Amino acid sequence: MSNLLNVSLSPHSHGQETTRKLMSGVVIALLPALFTSILYFGYGAIIVTSVSVTSCILFEYLIQKFIFKKPLTITDGSALVTGLLLAFNLPSNIPVFIIVLGSFVSIAIAKMTFGGLGNNPFNPALVGRVFMLISFPVQMTSWPVPAGFGTGYTDAVTGATPLAIIKEGLKNGESISQLVTQIPTPAQMFLGKMGGSMGEVAAVALLVGFVYMLVRKIITWHIPVSVIGSIAIFTAILWLINPEKNADPMFHLLAGGVLLGAIFMATDYVTSPMNPIPMIIYGCGIGVLTVVIRVWGVYPEGVSFAILIMNAFVPLMNAYIKPKRFGEEVKNG
Amino acid sequence: MKTFPLGGVHPPENKLTANSQIQYLPVPESVIIPVSQHIGAPASVIVNKGDTVKTGQVIAESKGFVSTNIHSSVSGKVNKIDTAIDTSGYKQTAVFIDVEGDEWVESIDRSDKIKTEIRLSSGDIIKKCHESGIVGLGGATFPSHVKLNVPAGKKCEVLIINGVECEPYLTSDHRLMLEKGEEILIGVTILMKALKVEKAIIGIENNKPDAIDHLTKLAVQFHGISVHPLKVKYPQGAEKQLIKALINREVPSGRLPLDVNAVVHNVGTAFAVYEAVQKNKPLFERVVTITGKSLAKPGNYFVRIGTPVSKLIEAAGGIPEDTGKIVSGGPMMGKSLVNINVPVVKGTSGIILFPHGESERMETGPCIRCGKCISVCALNLEPYLLMMLSLRSLFERAEKEHITDCMECGCCSYTCPAGRPLLDYIRLGKSTVIKMTRERVVK
Repeated sequence: MSNLLNVSLSPHSHGQETTRKLMSGVVIALLPALFTSILYFGYGAIIVTSVSVTSCILFEYLIQKFIFKKPLTITDGSALVTGLLLAFNLPSNIPVFIIVLGSFVSIAIAKMTFGGLGNNPFNPALVGRVFMLISFPVQMTSWPVPAGFGTGYTDAVTGATPLAIIKEGLKNGESISQLVTQIPTPAQMFLGKMGGSMGEVAAVALLVGFVYMLVRKIITWHIPVSVIGSIAIFTAILWLINPEKNADPMFHLLAGGVLLGAIFMATDYVTSPMNPIPMIIYGCGIGVLTVVIRVWGVYPEGVSFAILIMNAFVPLMNAYIKPKRFGEEVKNG
Repeated sequence: MKTFPLGGVHPPENKLTANSQIQYLPVPESVIIPVSQHIGAPASVIVNKGDTVKTGQVIAESKGFVSTNIHSSVSGKVNKIDTAIDTSGYKQTAVFIDVEGDEWVESIDRSDKIKTEIRLSSGDIIKKCHESGIVGLGGATFPSHVKLNVPAGKKCEVLIINGVECEPYLTSDHRLMLEKGEEILIGVTILMKALKVEKAIIGIENNKPDAIDHLTKLAVQFHGISVHPLKVKYPQGAEKQLIKALINREVPSGRLPLDVNAVVHNVGTAFAVYEAVQKNKPLFERVVTITGKSLAKPGNYFVRIGTPVSKLIEAAGGIPEDTGKIVSGGPMMGKSLVNINVPVVKGTSGIILFPHGESERMETGPCIRCGKCISVCALNLEPYLLMMLSLRSLFERAEKEHITDCMECGCCSYTCPAGRPLLDYIRLGKSTVIKMTRERVVK
């Protein structure tokens, strides 16, 4: 009989969730931030995003086709997410060749050398970003000020980020109350009216993405909440000790890459822990390191470094911090 | 509403036959009755080729304590005693009987009258269950008399009755609760008497409000029985998860419900116990759901044990063109059949016909370490890790990661976005570890 039956082990049904659907979910969650970055930084945002996304996808494709010589999995969407996140971490006036180079480092070095999706220990987009920051410090820290949709690619007016203003000012002996006039108000920062990376400025857009990912069950609350919570607590302590030398917690949360990092970069599946308790430790580690770098380090911003450092601890945490199994050490009820 | 706290999934329920009344499937021309339809030692055949048997007559005797009797489900002549493929796909000894009429053993009470008064003592009830071949009808087919025998030093405080039916598609327990509610409650009372407990809790998932209502109303007339609705979540029908959901006790790893002073029986088993104890009718018939999206007439049937699955499919309108897979049991834990002539056995709760498109697995991708398998695991194991350890033959480490705790509910494979065959590898690891442990004990 030609009509043979399939025979397999249970389960015989699948929840229909796929890697591609999860990745497209992340892309959808990133759209509000993409929209605000185009709104604020104009053509530059469009160019940077397209170059980053295209080159990430292209590098992954070429490596899979000519070096791996295995079935192509480019349609899983992971290269697209890396490309978008890399673009979000860049200033909108960065030269094209630097983006291409950064994409190469992200995909070829940080991801594919380890075997591709699922095997890389460090967040690819952040490896690319840190590589660019160290190799091209000038281009990577000339932040365009949001000037509206009509802004051209290279004619953007640049200015310091709020974090850099505080860092420089404190170094020059000024106090927070003097510096506060030079930085945007919390409301402006919430909407993204400040200098910074394309995708990180608009807190409101990132939070919309966060809510979407929670509802869609793409990520859980553990990592973002512990990153944000630990930064808030740590900076609050410093601020209470000396409000003239330390910025307030609200400022630390809204300035720089905390939200982008906590919601989208630290939650990268591959490079973050898989159990709730390690997730919280990992998130708090990122928060504490970020504040340490911001307050005592050389760089005004430390989210990228903090995440990469904590990425290194993930295999250790996965191996040694085990969830409590059902039926383990039970109390007699 | 109560449920178990850890993990679980909620697959589409697809209870297509929830409103189909249970019908009697006609007795087939011949039956194949395997001697091992339960967990434990296979029964030993006591009839010979050419013997005439009656419906309800013992044809294979229990071998030892963890074993049980097998009865003829029809009357007729033993054609042969030979090997046959069963629902698991393996060959085992079976009694082939050609049907002639339907003559029952005289002692069976065939009337419809409900008998409420329980005459047997606790010990006699347990003996009766053993003689009547009663096994857990939820699917595990563990001989019921073993569970009713509380060993010295252990105490049973509460009897839990499983009316959860958390597997999608299946409705045999649901229909039984609606149509044989009173019999089930008498069965529960009998079980309570056997276990010497004062309290029984029936757990039913909230997608069966009619059954919850019906049994709640009936339970008023019975002493010590209460009905608890549960939030719909798979695998709530798993013994340990049900105990956690209903009485918030956690059965320790590798231990039995009795270690938390509870015993769990299925509603189908309670009905079978009623029939055995009150009506003298051994277990040779059970309710089977025959269902599938393309099936012409899906339904619920009382089926004689040993009836070929093909007869059941015929009654439901024949095999649809697009059938790609036939599963015995639920979609999450059932077994796919290699052949439609395999017999219905005591553990067959349903037969599901899946069309092409739903019967193939998705392509496997790399693990993206999303952790979803961990979050759905009702035992808080790490399926991704157990699979990798099995894949690399690191069985000692798999043992340390509690691989033997896995109850094979399938939530991990169901959830994996990369379509990884997590449970396949966990099974491999689990069976290897169990073998390893046994060898260690022997040494």
